[in-house]
Amino acid sequence: MTTELLTLVTYFVLAIFVGIEVISKVPTILHTPLMSGTNAIHGIILVGALIIAGSAHDPVGYLLGFVAVVLATTNVVGGFVVTDRMLEMFRGRRQ
Amino acid sequence: MSTLLLQALYLVAAALFILGMKQLSSPKGARRGNWTSAVGMLIALLATVVNLGLLRRFTFTGSVLALVGVAVGSIVGTVGARRVRMTAMPQMVALFNGVGGGAAALVAVYELSYILGTHPSPAESFPSVFSIVVGGISFAGSMIAFAKLQELMTGTPITYPGQQVVNGLVALAIVALAVYLIGFSNLALAFSALLVLALVLGVAFVLPIGGADMPVVISLLNAFTGLAVAASGFILDNFALIVAGTLVGASGTLLTLLMSQAMGRSIANVLFAAVGSPVAGPAGAAGAEGKSVRAGQADDIGTMLAYSRRVIIVPGYGLAVAQAQHVVRELADLLEKKGVAVDYAIHPVAGRMPGHMNVLLAEANVPYEQLKEMDEINDDFKSTDVVLVVGANDVVNPAARNSPGSPIYGMPILNVDDAHNVVFLKRSMRPGFAGIDNELLYDPKTIMLFGDAKESLTKLVAAVKAA
Repeated sequence: MTTELLTLVTYFVLAIFVGIEVISKVPTILHTPLMSGTNAIHGIILVGALIIAGSAHDPVGYLLGFVAVVLATTNVVGGFVVTDRMLEMFRGRRQ
Repeated sequence: MSTLLLQALYLVAAALFILGMKQLSSPKGARRGNWTSAVGMLIALLATVVNLGLLRRFTFTGSVLALVGVAVGSIVGTVGARRVRMTAMPQMVALFNGVGGGAAALVAVYELSYILGTHPSPAESFPSVFSIVVGGISFAGSMIAFAKLQELMTGTPITYPGQQVVNGLVALAIVALAVYLIGFSNLALAFSALLVLALVLGVAFVLPIGGADMPVVISLLNAFTGLAVAASGFILDNFALIVAGTLVGASGTLLTLLMSQAMGRSIANVLFAAVGSPVAGPAGAAGAEGKSVRAGQADDIGTMLAYSRRVIIVPGYGLAVAQAQHVVRELADLLEKKGVAVDYAIHPVAGRMPGHMNVLLAEANVPYEQLKEMDEINDDFKSTDVVLVVGANDVVNPAARNSPGSPIYGMPILNVDDAHNVVFLKRSMRPGFAGIDNELLYDPKTIMLFGDAKESLTKLVAAVKAA
């Protein structure tokens, strides 16, 4: 195993702990918005999709890259907008 | 842009994701939290694009296609998310999750197709194989979840004998193929087969799960997509993908457990017990046959409500479908003016997603202090004159307490059967989402008011006014 790989594994392991810790006290009413919000965050795959689409140089690459970008963008944009719509509803109960 | 600056911006993005998730888990900061994450996303995306541009890594056709792709995806995402009705939110989340999983699998397919020609080490090919399998399962599973909730196919579990064995065999075949691909071969055929099998398993694994359990499944698939994205990060040596993907993978797993806990069930029971199947045999269906129900008139029920001391309203999915949240508030306000104490009892999984009822009633400006959680109000039903159940069923079904054979046995329910009178506003005698008959409907103290929830409530408002 190389040092570079071990560094990546370190990010991975630490992120597991942070991910669990950060939502451990979420109330039931926020389960769905939280699911939807984290759903938008994994749309970060758009970074990967842009890397492969932008640097593609053959038809297979073009096709895979283009489809991946469309899907990932839908995930990001739709994810954030739909979460905002859910949370918009919570506004009304300011006292 | 130097690599150093790119990494620094990725770090900022990762910090914003964590901060956003933290804010998302408390009611006060939730909406802000969503935008905090969105800003993090924008930073990561811009940094990536500028960096690629400066490195002159873009091909002309490739970058045009990427731009068009972003435009198409943005339009589809915005229109889809804006147009969707509140009742259809869960399937929309499933859809957005599925396409993310699909994108992760495609990125991995692309990378794997490049390294296949060389002789990749297991450390290089493992993340690709993992991302293809998990992303593929997430994509196919989410599409089935979407189809079930959107009622493009039946929402009840689809089961056949030996189903779990078959699914287990497919899973085994995937593992064997994956090991073969990582360890020995770079056959394109084996790798296409892997993708196909992953899609098959995604479909097969969600088919036997009933509509009521779908939010839990979507949460699990959400965690899957997160892990597939993290694996893609290992392929591309990308810090942002690894950290963001893992955050979602880990928090999604915990959230899945919390959701099944809120339903009083184990995750294994949710995934493999096919809860919501039409119950066959003497134990299930026979109970309901030959019993009579009492159908009431709005006028009588209105009078009963107006002369009660305490009324509790139990909202369910039917309230959401009928968009009756404003009328129900009008009725509650009217009763309060007549001196009746009115509360809403909110079951944690009422509706089709946790928090559904809170969101809906908040929209109608129902005062927050009138919304009571299950544990808070369950002992009050004993001293309640009338419980008005509006379009809810499974969450008040005493079978969860009394019949060990019932699929929902053990789920915490609202103790509506303790009240002096129960009024069900229902469209028909059809069982609830879980597909189980409810003996409370046949109880002598129960009155049924058949019809659309909104119309029935409007009639009740008129009746209370007249009383």
